[in-house]
Amino acid sequence: MIDYDYRKPGNLEEVFNLLREYGPEAALIAGGTDVMVKIRNTKKAPGVLVSLRGLKDLSYIRKNGDYHIGALTTHRMLEESDLVQKELSALYEGASRIGSVQVRNVATIGGNICNAAPSADTAGPLLVLDAQVLIQGPEEKRRVPITEFFTGTYKTVLKQDEVVTGLQIPAEMEQFGSAYWKQSRRKAMNLPILGVSVSIKLEGEIISDIRLALTVAAPTPVRAYKAEDFLKGKSLSDEALNEAGKIAASTECCTLRDSLRGEAWYRAEIIETYVPRMARLAAERRSK
Amino acid sequence: MKKVSVSFTLNGDAVTAEVPVTWTLLKTLREYFDLTGAKEGCGVGECGACTVIMDGQAINSCLCPIPEVEGKSVTTIEGVANRDGSLHPIQKAFLENNGVQCGFCTSGMIMSSKALLDQDPDPTEEDIRKSIAGNFCRCTGYVQIVESVEMAAKEGK
Repeated sequence: MIDYDYRKPGNLEEVFNLLREYGPEAALIAGGTDVMVKIRNTKKAPGVLVSLRGLKDLSYIRKNGDYHIGALTTHRMLEESDLVQKELSALYEGASRIGSVQVRNVATIGGNICNAAPSADTAGPLLVLDAQVLIQGPEEKRRVPITEFFTGTYKTVLKQDEVVTGLQIPAEMEQFGSAYWKQSRRKAMNLPILGVSVSIKLEGEIISDIRLALTVAAPTPVRAYKAEDFLKGKSLSDEALNEAGKIAASTECCTLRDSLRGEAWYRAEIIETYVPRMARLAAERRSK
Repeated sequence: MKKVSVSFTLNGDAVTAEVPVTWTLLKTLREYFDLTGAKEGCGVGECGACTVIMDGQAINSCLCPIPEVEGKSVTTIEGVANRDGSLHPIQKAFLENNGVQCGFCTSGMIMSSKALLDQDPDPTEEDIRKSIAGNFCRCTGYVQIVESVEMAAKEGK
């Protein structure tokens, strides 16, 4: 029999009080599209679910210099935001391809990264957009680069008494074009077999800066640093991009494995194919 | 098991439900209010048979903890037709176009379509397909369903 209590505090202070009161028995829930499924599938529930959905002021998308996205912002809000569509293309592509409209209407970006699945659709985009994760605890606030946020499959740096309150993307990303490719069997309602995210900054034909990220390619979403280093300062040529794709697909950048959804060799081919394609697409978007 | 009292608007009426705190909106609709139009297909947000509209948005009621419904406005398939029993244009269109075969997905399909048309009365075919991407039909192959929504949009003009 599944049993738990459900609390819906109206502000962060009450959230911290509940987390202190119930300790490890408490778990946070936002949109619930991961938490409710897990409870149903495992037939196990935490003692108390602490809902964050009462924290209305953590639901926003703003730009003032940097880009600010509240943790409770739903994927649907991201998908429908002109700002995200135009300036943070990779994030738009990640957010708009999660689940269904019904799921995107409630599932939050904070929840997506805190769940920390290797397949999280917003994780790769956030990695190439150089996002910082804003974290608040009862005593202090801290910010963690998203590159350091994931510590393992379904694991993050978040402590038991901490809450992710938002994400911050640096203003300089304005000068980058970005793109996310979700390789999947269907157009909707599934997880990626492999995800490739790219952000790129050009000076003329020269790649002055580039970030590459892979999802479902390692225990956590990862940056492909070696492939980035290889491309920096080079001109945007098929030869360079193809080589970068090979580096990204190698053990220097990821640890591909066979799973029900796809085999390692197939994932490697997708990386080799889509690193160049997404880099080209991101570059094209930049020039617009 | 702890019970909660949840007050909300259901198909236009103010209601209060006293149910276990662990119940979902779907379970409350079906077992407390006897509104069995929303179905449990998968129970994990994949099939969309449980779709209802909450505050204007299509959601999977199977994933919605009942305490989250406090103060909200919920519309189910039972609240789509007019009070005199005459059908909504979407329902008529599904009937006329054979958008229904076994019927299990239909209430969810209509709720997703209604949420779309309420927001955007003139959707493209792609908009329609995206809106019902979370509603699985295993009978008709979707073509008649998409045509039904297109017809309903035309009727609404």
